[in-house]
Amino acid sequence: MATVSASPIVRSLTSSVIVRVLKLLPWVAVAALPLALPGYEPLATQVFVMILFALSLDLLVGYAGIVTLGHAGLFGMGAYTASILSVHGITDPIVTALCGMMLAAVTGLAFGVAMLRTKGLTLLMLTMASAFLLYEIANKATGLTGGEDGLQGVSFTPLLGLFAFDFRGRTAFFYSLAALFLVFTFVQVLINSPFGWSLRGIRENDARMAAIGCPIMRRRIIIYVIASALAGLAGALQAQTTQFVALHSLSFELSGNILIMLILGGSGRLYGAFVGVPSFMLAQDQLAKQDPANWFLGLGLILIAMVMLAPGGIIGIAERIVHAIKARRRP
Amino acid sequence: MTTAITILFFGVAYGMILYLISVGLSVTMGLMGFVNLAHGVFAMLGGYVTVTLMNRLGVPFLPSLAAGCVLVAALGFVLERTLYRHLYGRSELDQVLFSFGLILVSVAIVRIAWGPLAQPIQLPDYLKGQVTILHLTLPAYRVALVGFATAVISGLWFVFDRTLFGARIRAAVDNRAMAQSIGINTSRLFAGTFGLGTGLAALGGGLGADVLAISPTYPLDYIVYFLIVVAVGGLGDIRGPFVAALAIGLADTACHYVVPQAGSIFIFAFVFIVLIWRPNGIMRRR
Repeated sequence: MATVSASPIVRSLTSSVIVRVLKLLPWVAVAALPLALPGYEPLATQVFVMILFALSLDLLVGYAGIVTLGHAGLFGMGAYTASILSVHGITDPIVTALCGMMLAAVTGLAFGVAMLRTKGLTLLMLTMASAFLLYEIANKATGLTGGEDGLQGVSFTPLLGLFAFDFRGRTAFFYSLAALFLVFTFVQVLINSPFGWSLRGIRENDARMAAIGCPIMRRRIIIYVIASALAGLAGALQAQTTQFVALHSLSFELSGNILIMLILGGSGRLYGAFVGVPSFMLAQDQLAKQDPANWFLGLGLILIAMVMLAPGGIIGIAERIVHAIKARRRP
Repeated sequence: MTTAITILFFGVAYGMILYLISVGLSVTMGLMGFVNLAHGVFAMLGGYVTVTLMNRLGVPFLPSLAAGCVLVAALGFVLERTLYRHLYGRSELDQVLFSFGLILVSVAIVRIAWGPLAQPIQLPDYLKGQVTILHLTLPAYRVALVGFATAVISGLWFVFDRTLFGARIRAAVDNRAMAQSIGINTSRLFAGTFGLGTGLAALGGGLGADVLAISPTYPLDYIVYFLIVVAVGGLGDIRGPFVAALAIGLADTACHYVVPQAGSIFIFAFVFIVLIWRPNGIMRRR
C-alpha cells in the first residue's frame, strides 16, 4: 500500500532530478569549450558577458514590459566603477564586481524613481536621456574616466587569490561562465516566483493589477533596480575580462544593440538571450569586418522583417514550428 | 551683452531647426500613437538631397530645399502607406524595433551612397559673411535661417488653426473614433499628415545642414533631441513643441557657451527635472 502511494512521488522526484541534470548538460558542454576550440576563450567570454547583460534587459523588456533604450548606462556604470576602483588600488575582482553592481543599482534606483512615473514615448526618451547623461558625464570627467581615450591601466588581482587573469583568457572564461550560471539561476527563480508573475500581470494590464491591490510602482522600481544591478555586474565583468573600459560601454549604440540581440533571440523567454546574443555576435564578428554598411543594412532589414512577419524572434519561430508539428500529430 | 545676444540668436536658430524637424513627430505621435524613432531619417535625407543638389549640381539654395522637402514628403507618404500603417495597433516594442530597423537601413544606404564622412554645405555667397541689424553683427546664414523658419512656422500654424485639413487633424488627435464617425477619413488623414511631417523634417534637415551636420549617423546622433522636444512639448500639439524646442535650443547653446566643460550634461538634467514636474509636457497640466 505504502509503496504504491509513494511510487508516483518517487517517480516525479527522479524525473525532476533527471530534468535538472539534463538542464545542466549544456553548461557542462560549454565549460568544455576551451578543450574543443582553444583560442576562442576571449570571444566566448564576451558572449557570456553579453548574455548576462541581455538577461538583465529581458527582466525589464520581456517580463515587466518596460522598454528601455538606455540600458547601457547601467552596464557602463558597473564597468567604470570596477575600472576606477582598480586604478585606485582596489583590485580584487569579486569586490569590484560587487561594487559595480551596487553603484549600478543605486543609479537605477535614482533614475527609476524619476522615470517610471511616465509612460510611452516619454519613458522611452527618459531612458535614452539617462544613458546620454551618464555618457556625457563620463566624457567630460576626464580626470576620473579618461574621457574619450578610455581608462588605461585597468588590472585586477587573481580571482580568489588563486587564478590570475592570463593571456589565453581561461580564467576570464570560467569566471564569466560561473557568473552567468549564477545569474541565470537567480533569474529563473525570480521569474517563477509570485513576484515574477506579478510583473507579467503588470506588463499585460497594469490597471487590473492595481485593482487587485498590487503596488505597481514599487514592483516596477524593484525590478528596475534588480535589472540595473545585473547590468552593472555585466559591465564590471566586461571591464575585468578585457582590462579596459571606454565610452562605448555607455553608448546608445550598445543600448540599441543589446535590445536587438535580445529581440533576435526572443524576449520574455529566458533562453532568448542565449540564442540571440551568440547569433548576433558571431554574425557581427564575420560581417562587420568587411563593411559596416552591409552589416547595418542586413541587421535593419532583419529587424523590419521580424517585426512585420515573425514576432518572438528565433525562439518564437522555433516555438511555432513545434506547435505546428504537435498540431499535425494530434488532429 | 554681446555674448547674451549671440547666445540668444544662435539658440533661437537652433531651436527653430529642432522645431521644424520635431513638429511632424509630435503630430504623428499624437495622431497615430506611433513611436517613430526613425523620424530623424527624413531630416537626414532632406539634408542630403539639399546638399547634393547644391554642391554637385549647382542648384540654388531655395529650390534645393524645396526639392528635398517634396521628395522626402513623397517618400514619407509611400512608407506610411506600405509599412507604417500596418503597425499602428502594435505594441510599443514592435514600433521601436521597426523604426530602429529603418534607421539602420537608412544609415547603411546613405553610407553606401555618400560615404561615411559628413557632407558640409557650401552656402551661396549671399548667405556667407555677416549682416548688421540695429548695430548688431550677425551671421547672414542664421539670420536667413530664422527668417525662413519663422515664415514656414507661421504657415504651418495657419494650416493647423485655420484650414479644414488642420481642423481634421485636431479632431482626430482629440478623439479618433468620434472623428471617424463624423465622416473624416482618418486613414487618408494619417498618410497626408505623415507626408507633411516628414516634408517639414526634410526642410529642417536641409535648412539646418550647417547646424546639425549631415552625416550617416545623423538619425542616431540627434534622435534624443527630437524626442526630448516632443516629450517636453507634449504629444499631438504644435505650440508645446515650439516652446520646448526654443527652450532646449537656448539652454543647450547657453550651456555650451558658458560652461563648455559640462557639455550637454545640464540639458539632460533639465529634461529630467521638467518631466518629473510635468510628465505630460510643459503645456499640459493633467
